[in-house]
Amino acid sequence: MSRRDEILGRIREGLRLRVHEPKRAATSSDGVRTGLTTREWLPAVPNDPEGIVETFARNCVELRTQYYRVTGLPELSGKLFELKDSEGWKLIASHRDPILDSVLPSLGLPFLLAEDRPATADVERADVGITRCDALIAQTGSILLTARSAGGRALSVLPPHHVVIARESQLLPDLPAAFELLNKTYGDAYPSLITLITGPSRTGDIERILVLGAHGPRTLTIILLRDPR
Amino acid sequence: MSSIFESQFRASATKLTADLRHRSLIRKALKGYEKSRDEKKARFQDWEAARQAAAETKWEAINHLDKYLSEFADNLARRGAKVFWASTAEEARNYILNLAREKQAKTIIKSKTMTSEEIHLNEVLAKAGYEVVESDLGEFIVQLRDEAPYHLVFPAMHLTRNEISHLFHEKLGSPETDNPEELTMTVRRDMRIRYCKADIGISGANFAVAETGMIAITENEGNARLTTSLPKIHVALLGIEKVLPKLSDLALFLPMLATVGTGQQLTCYNSMIGGPRQPGETDGPEEFHVILLDNRRTHLLADAEQRDALHCIRCGACLNVCPIFRNVGGQTYGTTYQGPIGSVITPHLRGLRDWKHLSFASSLCGACTEACPVKIDLHHHLLQNRRNAVVLGTGKLDRIAFRGFAFLVNHPGVFGVAVKAGRLVQRLHRLIASSKIDPLRAWTASREAPVIAKESFRQYWKSRHK
Amino acid sequence: MTISLFIPCFIDQLFPSVGISVVRILEKLGHKVDFDESLVCCGQPAFNTGCWNEARDVAIRVVDGLKNAEVVVIPSGSCGAMIRVFYPEIFKGHPKQEAALSLAHKIYEFSEFLVDRLGVVDLGSRFPAKVTFHNGCHGLRELRLKQQPRQLLRHVKELTLVEMDDQTSCCGFGGTFAVKFPMISTAMGEAKCASALETGADFLVSNDSSCLMHLQGLLSRKKEKLKSIHLAEILASF
Repeated sequence: MSRRDEILGRIREGLRLRVHEPKRAATSSDGVRTGLTTREWLPAVPNDPEGIVETFARNCVELRTQYYRVTGLPELSGKLFELKDSEGWKLIASHRDPILDSVLPSLGLPFLLAEDRPATADVERADVGITRCDALIAQTGSILLTARSAGGRALSVLPPHHVVIARESQLLPDLPAAFELLNKTYGDAYPSLITLITGPSRTGDIERILVLGAHGPRTLTIILLRDPR
Repeated sequence: MSSIFESQFRASATKLTADLRHRSLIRKALKGYEKSRDEKKARFQDWEAARQAAAETKWEAINHLDKYLSEFADNLARRGAKVFWASTAEEARNYILNLAREKQAKTIIKSKTMTSEEIHLNEVLAKAGYEVVESDLGEFIVQLRDEAPYHLVFPAMHLTRNEISHLFHEKLGSPETDNPEELTMTVRRDMRIRYCKADIGISGANFAVAETGMIAITENEGNARLTTSLPKIHVALLGIEKVLPKLSDLALFLPMLATVGTGQQLTCYNSMIGGPRQPGETDGPEEFHVILLDNRRTHLLADAEQRDALHCIRCGACLNVCPIFRNVGGQTYGTTYQGPIGSVITPHLRGLRDWKHLSFASSLCGACTEACPVKIDLHHHLLQNRRNAVVLGTGKLDRIAFRGFAFLVNHPGVFGVAVKAGRLVQRLHRLIASSKIDPLRAWTASREAPVIAKESFRQYWKSRHK
Repeated sequence: MTISLFIPCFIDQLFPSVGISVVRILEKLGHKVDFDESLVCCGQPAFNTGCWNEARDVAIRVVDGLKNAEVVVIPSGSCGAMIRVFYPEIFKGHPKQEAALSLAHKIYEFSEFLVDRLGVVDLGSRFPAKVTFHNGCHGLRELRLKQQPRQLLRHVKELTLVEMDDQTSCCGFGGTFAVKFPMISTAMGEAKCASALETGADFLVSNDSSCLMHLQGLLSRKKEKLKSIHLAEILASF
């Protein structure tokens, strides 16, 4: 018998004694399914687009995530330029993507691309990792990205500053919507890593005092890109 | 007859309950957490319904564990991960030792996993000559001090910044400082080098998603992301009970875990890992090994009365509300899993005879059951453990005492005599109260004894009806 | 209606004025009170220590004795919880299961009886003092008693109720826990006393005498002026 069969065997044996099923949350007391789901229990999110953006922005403030809203590629370039100067970037790490391809060269800095498989030690020297993402989530102020949409696993966590560029159409209201999107986008062929990022890295392990930048990026910047009308 | 574990528990509890500095330090640490937790809970539209849904989901997972575990393992294998089914701690450790030897590994980096503490992995790896480093700041601190984690979510909760500064100065040669940020940066710099150098990264998992064959890791620091991204080999160690049926279940569990675990809406990083580097991906481990650990969990599963203890998501909510935990601290328990959940499951995982005392060291206030996000019937399980201990044949003195009491109660005449005797004894007792020969010393060492009333209620009632 | 009183042994011998207060209150409300002095103990101490067979031996007497009672009132949250929540457990599969369940359905803790069953919140009581209320855990979490005692206290003339910090945390009595693990029990009690003292109250009130016995023991040892008193004793001041 394989190890797997041994353990499964013990499980089946143990489960022969049945435990009665708990009353379903999504059922009223007379047994009718109420249709309520996770969405109805989690924190409420407005259903109008501006309300969703405002919720996202508010969460960013609470999380100490830098958040900017720009319209069109020129303004995006301008914002990146501003950050380059204020943060003193010398080396950028990023990945191939239509938007990134069009704005990165204009920054006038050397940049490493994930697709070129740079050495870890080189990515480590980068001042910033600039990536795209799969979605932003208003409910929690989070970024949803994967190894496929954001240049691999290390790019968004190794450099001390992480900048995410997202289209406004990528802003989703809540967590259930994020998981629906994952299913729709990847179907059965998920990337090996999916991550929900909520704020810059932090720890409270020393006397419960908040310190940012424990191991992951100390600074997290999200730039929301609207298409020009 | 108390076990050596009970004696150790009592000794540690006696020391820490008298330590007022410790009491106020823990109270202060938990007050901050309580405020954040209550604030995040209040944002839920219906926290109680969420608890019910979470309980229901875990019921489904555990009561069909064979089905979901198989699904999980098969989906992982499809994407090139190696799944190892470990019945015992030893099998899990040997798998990792063999792997390290085969790959000629030298350094191993770990992110936080209580399961590795459970199987005593670090000691065994260190003995075999491997350099093992804990990357989580709290775990790193207690590793340097060579002590057990104080709390399952906040391992270094019991230390002040000065104690940590002194520790780093001694072990890492860093300058003394009372600035938490500087202390954190010292570790950040040290760890960077290790992440890049490490041959194997070992992580735990908070959840195991059956539908898509992914492990989910919840953290704030980013050390787990680095541990599972940079080394060529990633090993994930998890208990078989971590299973969730669907990926979308995480939409409920991740915010609930963060809310009661740390008082956040979500922790900084929630990562779902479903395989080694896939074709077309630019980086990531070449190999992904997943170790599914039984280690007597199936024993707990077979106890239908307490099966729901396997629903636990290791959030620490029960520890945070437990007045026993707050007064004796996590290390006093002497086990991997502390607090109410630890007291409930340790007898199943390590034996009732040796660990029953944890179930007795409780006032059964029920705050744990109220706090549990998946509605485990914690305090009632403690009562069941007590009953099981008696059935096992322990507590003979208690049984004799209660049989005696039952006799008195069922024979009112004798009871009346006992009461009269009690009044006499009370007068004598006053002479020796709180002294070394006082048989009621367990009470009177710290408290005044109650006084038997001159006229009992019975006597009053009788006199009314004369 | 005829109300059967269950006065557990520790109230009978140590805090008889609690029982006397209950009688006075129920009679003032025009009810007949019945008391069977052969009922001494609900069996909780044995039950909590894991000796469920011995607990049942004691409980059988209670179940038999109250078989014909219309309704049963007990001025203790922990004993009330034992009967309502745990009798169904220890009598599972026992010949007296039905009788035990029937008792579980007709037993009330004193404050829930007044408020929920009789619909009474104002007894015309007067107690000029500042008080703080401690929720006994069994009453709070097994019987869900939180509002009832407070509603009653709010209608007592000239009484000021101040809530303490950490008001739902356990006092540390826990039955035999108090003597099996006295160091932990004492530490918990000290924290509770500190919270109570911080309110500046004259009296510490509860609906559970076992909690009060433990807390008063600590307060007296420290020679604190704060006095413990049972809810029924306050309500019987008319």
